Amino acid sequence: MSGPLLRLTGVGKSYGAVSALAAVDLELSAGEIACVLGDNGAGKSTLIKIIAGVHENDLGEVEVAGEAVRLRSPRDAIDRGIATVYQDLAIAPLMPVWANFFLGRELLKGRGPLRRMDITRMRQVCHEELAAMGIEGVDVERPIGGLSGGQRQCVAIARAVHFGARILILDEPTAALGVKQAGVVLRYVLAARARGLGVVFITHNPHHAHAVGDRFLLLQRGRSLGCFAKAEISLEDLTRRMAGGVELDQITHELGARGVGPAQSAGVDAHGS
Amino acid sequence: MMKYRDHARATEVRPAREPPEFVDSRVASRPPLSRRVATPEAGALAGAVLVYLFFFAVAPPFRDLASLSTILYVSSIYGIPALAVALLMIGGEFDLSSGVAVVSSALLASMLSYELTANVWVGVGLSLAAALGIGALNGYLVVRTGIPSFLVTLGTFFMLGGLNLAGTRLITGSVATPSISDMDGFASARAVFASSFEVGGVSVRVTVLWWLLFAALATWALRRAAFGNWIFAVGGAPLSARAVGVPVRRVKIGLFMTVGFAAWFVGMHQLFAFDTVQSGEGVGKEFYYIIAAVVGGCLLTGGQGSAVGAVLGALIFGMTTQGIVYAGWNPDWFKFFVGALLLGVILLNAGVRRWQAARA
Repeated sequence: MSGPLLRLTGVGKSYGAVSALAAVDLELSAGEIACVLGDNGAGKSTLIKIIAGVHENDLGEVEVAGEAVRLRSPRDAIDRGIATVYQDLAIAPLMPVWANFFLGRELLKGRGPLRRMDITRMRQVCHEELAAMGIEGVDVERPIGGLSGGQRQCVAIARAVHFGARILILDEPTAALGVKQAGVVLRYVLAARARGLGVVFITHNPHHAHAVGDRFLLLQRGRSLGCFAKAEISLEDLTRRMAGGVELDQITHELGARGVGPAQSAGVDAHGS
Repeated sequence: MMKYRDHARATEVRPAREPPEFVDSRVASRPPLSRRVATPEAGALAGAVLVYLFFFAVAPPFRDLASLSTILYVSSIYGIPALAVALLMIGGEFDLSSGVAVVSSALLASMLSYELTANVWVGVGLSLAAALGIGALNGYLVVRTGIPSFLVTLGTFFMLGGLNLAGTRLITGSVATPSISDMDGFASARAVFASSFEVGGVSVRVTVLWWLLFAALATWALRRAAFGNWIFAVGGAPLSARAVGVPVRRVKIGLFMTVGFAAWFVGMHQLFAFDTVQSGEGVGKEFYYIIAAVVGGCLLTGGQGSAVGAVLGALIFGMTTQGIVYAGWNPDWFKFFVGALLLGVILLNAGVRRWQAARA
């Protein structure tokens, strides 16, 4: 495919008098992971809601595969191959895994008034797709609410891949996970990229972002701090810019005095700020 | 596919070989029996059996086949709306206006036929349109405003109740509708909505057949149709359902209209069984429908329940109503029993769910 899968130009959104997002540019090609980074309230959620069709942008242009589009509903976005895996996962916890996997896109058989769900096939396809993503030992008949956070993420990603998504939006998929589970989810993110999807990966963890991302969009208080290719920015730089530079410089300075480098800055909170 | 493999090798990603985290040895697989016990209608089935045995023991007339037929008839009159109310509850909403909507439908069909001196089927058809319209209005107001359906339908409940009384008084000058039994189409309408037939020497009301037919349809819709999957989803997780492209608003409006249909159906039964309609009836019936659905295992907050459960809930109801009569007790006790039953089943269900959660 030539040209980017997704291009945002000067996109903005206001809620009443509050401008949640303004003048954001982003480009994403197939087989690429674009990370969107920012602290809480930076506008990450607003941005993905625009791409996912939950909210419509007031300003700027959204292009999908070179075509200018207005995404008025999640259905619009889904029809254009944009799949979103939400932080809260968009699952119905009491429903079985297979029913969640196919929710809104049930496989049907039969004709006319006898048109009905092909449950046997849905169970089978769900099982196969999960196995293809390396998720094994999940009983697809179980309510999905009984799975672990990482498992649920992976079911959601497998679902998006199965339904031919070209653009996969992941809303903080690793935020609520432990170190090991987060690592597993990151592998599936890479697997999705390897299958030729464009991935928009929202996170506030620069370590996770830098490990998998090809380009990085930094947001702060609803404004873009720029979009960088991986070659242009180091993990240290990414962390610094994300934290707003100055504050982090201060912390680094304090820590530096104690002989702790910024690479180990994960324990910053212990010292208070 | 080639591309996928190449990439996978290049980036050393082999998710297919990376499953150990997901086979959690601490999770024992549950035996099949406990899974069956875990179905939502299990409590209702146990309750139905207990209530049956209880009245079988204390009320000798309860044991007759003819009594069984009466019990089924009474159950069907509650059971038909209870099915629709159960679907709506699984879909996460309430309808408090369903009881008076039954009477509204009957009044409207009767008065339209009488005033237009038309075939009664004209009134029946127009009344169906109005009942579906009321359902659609309830649904539209709920999905459009986001106001809880409890409040929206509380409003329409009072409006319909008032309209029933005032409208009937305005048109007929009385609290009841005039007889329409000599009008065209009455006989055929009665055959559809309020006839009886003999099975092995016992007279069975046709509403029992309709009830079972609707129950089969509802079960099919919930378990086999894609729409059923959507009902569970909009009730259990409306935001998630919307996010994955389920038309949440259409599903909810459709469910409110289903309740409208069921109310209309029972209204037609009452009209053609009794020929005239009292404008003040129907108040409070909506709670019985809700109770039948809840006793049948529907989760009050949506996302769980079954049509079979609603059938069992209505059956428990019918058995209690008639059982009290057959036992020769004062029917004043009826409401007390229904309330105690509801409370008992809710406590039982809560206990079962806690037990399941502890085991899951």
